[in-house]
Amino acid sequence: MNNRFFMAGAMILAGACLFLGCKPKNMNNAVSADAAIKAFVPPGQYDEYYNFVSGGFSGQMAVYGIPSGRLLRVIPVFSVDPEKGYGYAEETKGMLNTSHGIVPWDDLHHPELSQTNGEIDGRWVFGNANNTPRVARIDLTTFRTAEIIELPNSAGNHSSPFATENTEYVVAGTRFSVPADDVNGDIPISTYKENFKGYISFISIGKEDGAMDIAFQLQCPGVNFDLARAGKAKSHGWFFFSCYNTEQANTLLEVNASQRDKDFIMAVNWKKAEEYLAAGKGRKVKTKYAHNRYDESTHSAVSEIRDEVIVLDTKELKDICYFIPCPKSPHGCDVDPTGEYIVGSGKLAAVIPVFSFDKLQKAIADKAFDGEFEGIPVVKYEAALYGEVQKPGLGPLHTEFDGKGNAYTSFFVSSEVVKWNIQELKVLDRAPTYYSVGHLCVPGGNTRKPSPKYVIAYNKITKDRYLPTGPELAQSAQLYDISGDKMTLINDFPTIGEPHYAQAAPAELIKNNSVKIYKLEENHHPYVAMGEPTAKVVREGNQIHVYMTSIRSHFAPDNIEGIRMGDEVYFHVTNLEQDWDVPHGFAVKGAQNAELLIMPGETQTLKWTPDRVGIFPMYCTDFCSALHQEMQGYVRVSPAGSNVPLSFSTGGSAESKVN
Amino acid sequence: MKKYFSSIVVVVSLLITSCSDVKNNNNNSETQGFEHQGGQEAVVDDESQKDVVKVAAGSPDHTTLVAAVKQAELITSLSNAGPFTVFAPVNSAFDKIDKSTLDALMTDDKKTDLQNILQYHVAVAALKAEYFRDGQSLGMVNGDNVTVNIVDGKIRLNNTATIIASIPASNGIVHVIDAVLLPPAK
Repeated sequence: MNNRFFMAGAMILAGACLFLGCKPKNMNNAVSADAAIKAFVPPGQYDEYYNFVSGGFSGQMAVYGIPSGRLLRVIPVFSVDPEKGYGYAEETKGMLNTSHGIVPWDDLHHPELSQTNGEIDGRWVFGNANNTPRVARIDLTTFRTAEIIELPNSAGNHSSPFATENTEYVVAGTRFSVPADDVNGDIPISTYKENFKGYISFISIGKEDGAMDIAFQLQCPGVNFDLARAGKAKSHGWFFFSCYNTEQANTLLEVNASQRDKDFIMAVNWKKAEEYLAAGKGRKVKTKYAHNRYDESTHSAVSEIRDEVIVLDTKELKDICYFIPCPKSPHGCDVDPTGEYIVGSGKLAAVIPVFSFDKLQKAIADKAFDGEFEGIPVVKYEAALYGEVQKPGLGPLHTEFDGKGNAYTSFFVSSEVVKWNIQELKVLDRAPTYYSVGHLCVPGGNTRKPSPKYVIAYNKITKDRYLPTGPELAQSAQLYDISGDKMTLINDFPTIGEPHYAQAAPAELIKNNSVKIYKLEENHHPYVAMGEPTAKVVREGNQIHVYMTSIRSHFAPDNIEGIRMGDEVYFHVTNLEQDWDVPHGFAVKGAQNAELLIMPGETQTLKWTPDRVGIFPMYCTDFCSALHQEMQGYVRVSPAGSNVPLSFSTGGSAESKVN
Repeated sequence: MKKYFSSIVVVVSLLITSCSDVKNNNNNSETQGFEHQGGQEAVVDDESQKDVVKVAAGSPDHTTLVAAVKQAELITSLSNAGPFTVFAPVNSAFDKIDKSTLDALMTDDKKTDLQNILQYHVAVAALKAEYFRDGQSLGMVNGDNVTVNIVDGKIRLNNTATIIASIPASNGIVHVIDAVLLPPAK
């Protein structure tokens, strides 16, 4: 009797367990049993790859370790970052200068690692500002923004930045076509077709120093440029851009930009463009754009406004550009590692077209054209087509490659990654993403030499994937092991902002070049204090310059008197430390400003305009030492016209000096 | 005997409590009429506006369509951010199709055909009725186009189906139609 009931109870238990699952949802079908081992990096161990992930609407770039998904750093690029004083310190404000003045925010979509011979070289990573068109170069020895260049004649710099295989150029195509900067823009929006043009900037990159300069721009028909990739190997010298809104609509694009069954991929022969440029075929266009460079010797941004750019008209100079029809609003436009195949991902298309570079060359030679679009020859679809992947999924967006003949395409609508063979145009495997995937990243997956161990999916929607945090949830990255035939999900992690796109590089390429300190003897900041004896406070009219030093665990000077209402106070703080990972911070009460975060050997300046009379504490904000909490001081502010003399000291009256 | 029984009940209820999250998931899926598939359709959310799938699932006039969407494995996709315009034939619209043809479409062998037909009822765009224009071409998810006709103020599609109601959803809009749209023969 008892036994029978026990058995019955056990069965109920077993049944309930079966029915309820008793384990996290989705675990059965989505996560492999050895996921933990594959993604786990033991405490104290390094990851295999650096993953540079765009921060989307945060305007920054985040660096994660792969496979662990650990956040290593957030690099401020296009948005101010009070945590690091970026855009607040006098030295970094200039990095955000534009022809519109200082712009404190932007939207960074695409990181692009520099390449040599078609392989990632680990020197720089570029990023685009979508809103106020700019391209930034981040130095991978310091993980700091080294340079930003504004793009004239452009708006919505989305098709950007994409590098050629020796980083000869980084290109930037405009999403919004607009009237050129040197014509009257006060025209009806409805005159889009006549007056709006698309511009593509070819930014030359200094071979040694990475310095950016706009070598030339291509004036193209008014459409939306979305993404791009450089040719490689045999197709080096060419560039491929996806174009949508070839309907040239200026309103309700949701309907009006999907009327045509095919939009275009624009093939650009940039070697030909170079010839025209050398032959003086360019038109000098008057405009204004900012160029900002961070000088590591003075630890300061140098910002200048440039006023001219050279434009090549692709309607007149016929053999630079060719349009290839591509189904339904192409987003991704990706070139495989051999340089032969160009994959278009029409986000509203039911197929993935794969174009052949060889066939394209033949079609151009044979003039296999279907007329022109706005003066640009349109190559016959079949003449350039290698083949189509039929019914690959819903909403193809972007493709990366493994170098083994396979492609990985993301599908936003069906929330999946699809692996397919390029030559056979055959789907090999599918893996769900959680949820609504955008771009993908295979380390080196856009280069001649991918590192085919992982594919990472960057998702727009996470809903129930993490503990809820109110209406806004973090977006996510999901890591799949692709070393076998099947993709297996092994990790996912939340990201900052929108992880729009990302690239990854083997850690060996970067980690050994990482700068640990700035050498104090190489600090040529005009307000540096090379040691405590040179610390001083100087009045220049109503400007007070504090030449301050910081070292564990005090500032010099740490007592300042004689500041008057109406003064502008500049704290030029030099971090005297010459020790890795020992920044000091600096903040003063009531400053309508951020903190400073000063790296070892660096000088940074906080501007403070006192708003009232009294005593104002200042302190170190970055926990630096056992006596961090002792690292503090006071500033006395007196009324305007006060006769309190300017004085400063550290450690008592013996060192006090009266100005 | 009673003692044993009650202790078993306690154990079972404890178990259910400990798995409460999972239980809620399943309950939610059941109320929507779908098995747990692990995509966005499984997200537990009774607060947000209903998406196009849930709108259809909540309609007694669309049981055939919902069964077909499920058979075609389109539930995960349609629970996506979209935006979607779904032309949703009512049950009586399916009745106009030969029953043996319809039954065949619901078999696994014909899944591709069913997907093609259903994807011909979905556009990736949220198109309110007032955005439709006579002669307009709509690119559907399967790759074919649907033509809009405006006849006597009524919106017709391919001159075969009429929009009889429009229901906004969290990820788009559902236009209820009175006939099934068939993709052009290839």
